Amino acid sequence: MSKVIVVTSGKGGVGKTTTSASFSSGLALRGNKTVVIDFDVGLRNLDLIMGCERRVVYDIINVINGEVSLKQALIKDKNCDNLYILPASQTRDKDALNLEGVERILNELKETFDFIVCDSPAGIESGAFTAMYFADEALIVTNPEVSSVRDSDRILGILAAKSKRAVDGLDPVKEHLLVTRYDPKRVEAGEMLSVTDIQEILRIPLLGVIPESESVLQASNAGTPAIHLDKSDVAEAYRDVVGRFMGDEGLPMRFVTVDKKSFFKRLLGGR
Amino acid sequence: MARVEPAFKLKIANLSLFVLYVNTTDMVQLKKQLDMRFNKSQDFFSNTPVALDLSAIANFNISPDFAGLMAFMLDHGMHATGVVGGSAEQREAAVRSGLGLFPDTIARPALKTAPISTTAPGITPNTTGSQPGVPGLGLAIEAVAGETNNSNILDSDTQLQKPVSQVLPTFRPTMIINKPVRTGQRIYAEGANLVVLGVVNAGAELIADGDIHIYAPLRGRAIAGAQGNENARIFIHSLEAELISIAGCFKVFENGIPENLRCKPVQVHLDRSDLIIQPLLS
Repeated sequence: MSKVIVVTSGKGGVGKTTTSASFSSGLALRGNKTVVIDFDVGLRNLDLIMGCERRVVYDIINVINGEVSLKQALIKDKNCDNLYILPASQTRDKDALNLEGVERILNELKETFDFIVCDSPAGIESGAFTAMYFADEALIVTNPEVSSVRDSDRILGILAAKSKRAVDGLDPVKEHLLVTRYDPKRVEAGEMLSVTDIQEILRIPLLGVIPESESVLQASNAGTPAIHLDKSDVAEAYRDVVGRFMGDEGLPMRFVTVDKKSFFKRLLGGR
Repeated sequence: MARVEPAFKLKIANLSLFVLYVNTTDMVQLKKQLDMRFNKSQDFFSNTPVALDLSAIANFNISPDFAGLMAFMLDHGMHATGVVGGSAEQREAAVRSGLGLFPDTIARPALKTAPISTTAPGITPNTTGSQPGVPGLGLAIEAVAGETNNSNILDSDTQLQKPVSQVLPTFRPTMIINKPVRTGQRIYAEGANLVVLGVVNAGAELIADGDIHIYAPLRGRAIAGAQGNENARIFIHSLEAELISIAGCFKVFENGIPENLRCKPVQVHLDRSDLIIQPLLS
């Protein structure tokens, strides 16, 4: 059974696309046939993060309009054999993304792929709604600050009330909390909400915590999903997330507390 | 010939309406008190239609300055739409200022055409007389009949349909919500009590015509007795609310909710027009 997973947040700039790229790459690295779809029509970004922007010829709107086949529009990822990207249109109107067309594409993708990751645009307008409507599971990307948490709360409300699963009366969309840009130092200083604070408000299971890191920006600019970065805590955090999602047990929640460097490490100047 | 689609329909709808009880013709005083009352919670009203009840000043020989009153009500987001009660001169003056006329206050038939009297006492029998200082069922009628309302009241609509007992209580089962109520969501238990087991987050709204019980933190709004049932109560496991209201009387943390009750289990009831918040004994 293939699964449709939406990566959503309500608020912009919290790391949805970064997460979509790394999460789908992580799933593919574990041998799952995975496709990641950019639903942000008009503000296409996923292709940049995935480093395939120069290979975009057709996009999801072309497929919906029946101008090209799905096969023609899918782009094979440069890092993982099992990963494909379906880019958004940069030029079309976002209303071109209609529910019937998206459902048709998802059904066709389900024949080939194990996981379909939908990268939602920010907001709660039609684009975000379309991205989440067919979801089986949802990654709620939240930053440790109140406005992001409130927007996530809103999105969770919409998922629970208006997604296809809710409308059809099926099992609800399975929700996962992913806290990104987390800085334990600033949490300790009281400048950021803690993971506990966020969970106290949102009350959904925590899938992982991604630490704030400069390497995310470098990775984005280089067109490499952060999960591929060597020796970076962000990459490890995303691998943990994918592991937990796939049901790996005994993975400790890392990067939640301030890392106390040991005396020897400090002495030897270790990072 | 193709049939022309009807361009309009005319129907009678039962809408809840805020009523501002005007107790004085001294507009300076009224404006001052309105400002004091609503400045802190400015966005409580936004282009909200409000009726003016003039019955308290019907014996006065002068009419209020309606134009001025409407202007500063508008500053608070209230659109004065019409008047209830008042003397013939006052009602005439109101019409000259562009206000409509609601039927007289005593009969009050049109304010609500008996919406199956959802606030029927049968729904909340447990609340009657259980607390000192809270009279039984007669309160709703007494309070209005006496017109002792002060400016604290934001009476959404006082049910004044004859003795309530004449209307057959339409029993509706308690609405139970067992998941979080999230920002932007609004839950209305029409003619019923509401029990919420999940957290009610900021920006969410609970509305019930009967009582509301929340066995989790309340961070949003809770509005009990929405159709005017002054015996409705609210029970909250952890009070962190943006607003609590019973039968139109409301409090917010910045304006009335004691800070020492924050995050405490409380019950809320109405004593005449005063919203009482008490800690629940453990």
